[in-house]
Amino acid sequence: MRAGRGAPWMLAVPAAVGLAFLVLPLVGLLVRAPWRTLPQRLAEPAVLEALRLSLVSATLATAVCLVLGVPLAWVLARTRFRGRRLVRSLVTVPMVLPPVVGGVALLLVLGRNGLVGRHLDAAFGITLPFTTAAVVIAEAFVALPFLVITVEGALRAADPRFEEAAATLGASRWTVFRRVTLPLIAPGVLAGGVLCWSRALGEFGATITFAGNFPGETQTMPLAVYLALETDPEAAIVLSLVLLAVSVAILTALRDRWIP
Amino acid sequence: MSGLSARLDVRRGAFRLDLALDVAGGEVVALLGPNGAGKTTALRALAGLVPLDGGGITLQGRPLDKVPVEKRPVGMVFQDYLLFPHLSVLENVAFGPRSRGVKAAQARKRAQELIARVGLTGYEKAKPGELSGGQAQRVALARALAVEPALLLLDEPLAALDAHTRLEIRAGLRGHLAAFGGVAVLVTHDALDAMVLADRLIVIEDGRIVQEGTPTEIAHRPRTDYVARLVGLNLHRGTADGVLVDVEGTRLSVAEPLHGPVFVAFAPSAVALYRERPDGSPRNLWKATVEGVERHGTSVRVHLTGPFAAAADITPAAVADLALRPGSTVWAAVKATETHAYPA
Repeated sequence: MRAGRGAPWMLAVPAAVGLAFLVLPLVGLLVRAPWRTLPQRLAEPAVLEALRLSLVSATLATAVCLVLGVPLAWVLARTRFRGRRLVRSLVTVPMVLPPVVGGVALLLVLGRNGLVGRHLDAAFGITLPFTTAAVVIAEAFVALPFLVITVEGALRAADPRFEEAAATLGASRWTVFRRVTLPLIAPGVLAGGVLCWSRALGEFGATITFAGNFPGETQTMPLAVYLALETDPEAAIVLSLVLLAVSVAILTALRDRWIP
Repeated sequence: MSGLSARLDVRRGAFRLDLALDVAGGEVVALLGPNGAGKTTALRALAGLVPLDGGGITLQGRPLDKVPVEKRPVGMVFQDYLLFPHLSVLENVAFGPRSRGVKAAQARKRAQELIARVGLTGYEKAKPGELSGGQAQRVALARALAVEPALLLLDEPLAALDAHTRLEIRAGLRGHLAAFGGVAVLVTHDALDAMVLADRLIVIEDGRIVQEGTPTEIAHRPRTDYVARLVGLNLHRGTADGVLVDVEGTRLSVAEPLHGPVFVAFAPSAVALYRERPDGSPRNLWKATVEGVERHGTSVRVHLTGPFAAAADITPAAVADLALRPGSTVWAAVKATETHAYPA
């Protein structure tokens, strides 16, 4: 504590309990990890396969979210139209919706007989469910609101007069966005991207519902952990440990440099 | 017609801005007024950042009011400059030409010339955060001039500077404005800035023009209390009958004979104060009550009430001799030759 007098116990005690609540389960994971057999277990192709799939799909989902979410956030923050409040609350729905429900909804729309999926199948012969693409879609569906909300907040906090200055200099709205707005909100976009990536990496419910659980194709780390828990608890711990290590490494690397 | 002709009608709730502006090419006009008078709104309307509710804008004979912001031949210097913090000085100045389709190499060249013109060669690679206030102001000017505007707008160009920098930048800006061939409109609430920088002043109060004229006219013949305060004069409205003017029941003699409604102006330094009614009484003498006393440069400003409100500047020694304090009664006098009367 820099303010020499320390925190009052009414704050210090719950704060300590809160920290313990967050850290203890992770400690449990470390304590129970089969450290001796860890090297062999990590080298197992199934583990590496699930890890690779998780990283690739979370990264692709984040890319999808950035491409769709930043413009959506811009529209919400910078334009006025009827029903904007409704649209804003619709955007946040996937945050409160149980991910399994999201998965079911995705099946109903993008499934082979779904509202849109039917036409995809008929016109292009594309079926999405139970493919790696479905993993990316499920993760993006669940993670997109995190990006939109973060970026919209950054846009609202950015001084719109810089955009006015750019307009008086002759910049079109697209040029203003590209050369002024986006650089100004870059830290917010990055924070949103990290949040989005983290959410995508941990995604379980929508993925297993919409994409299934096929090793090498749709079985991401969380799915592998869940499956392993029933057959081989030690493997589940190892997989969890890997997921934990990756998340902590990414977050700390970005936090110091980018996230305020 | 190379100038600007505009009638700006902008409504914002209960506030209404309604001004007619006619500015010749090469002329520098200052919009002067208190906070909330609508000066900045007028400038933003000219730039296209605020839509007009009525009226229109013609620049160089072409209507401008339907032209979107980014297509107007306008350069604007914002009050806090709004230099893009992520771009270097060079990129900031080249931003306008680049946005208007000038090739990168040519835009850089033009930016370099303008940076040299405002005396900042060597700072091309600096980021706005590394510049002093005065340097940032000059970059903002260079950035606005880089688009070769027909209309240059400056919103409180010196307001964000400290007193010393202000002096230097004001002189520099005067030179750049004199060299600028287009129409220049600047907004300020500082009378000195306006008088040094502009050929003509337009005083705005409550969204309307209350007085217009050269700096000399405004400085000598204020027509509202706001302008009188700005130029540091006592101003009273009265009725003249020859060289005598009736101001709220007190008769003042003035130098110029006039008839009908007039303004009488005199400097606070022309007012003398006495404890007792002076002998061989000067013609303009009235009994006043001291309302307040405050330091004003090297002298002391005494605010008087009585038949009318007035300010008197006297020496600190005189304050002591007269034992002035709020509520004291004094005799105030001003020589006829120190007053200035003109038709209201």
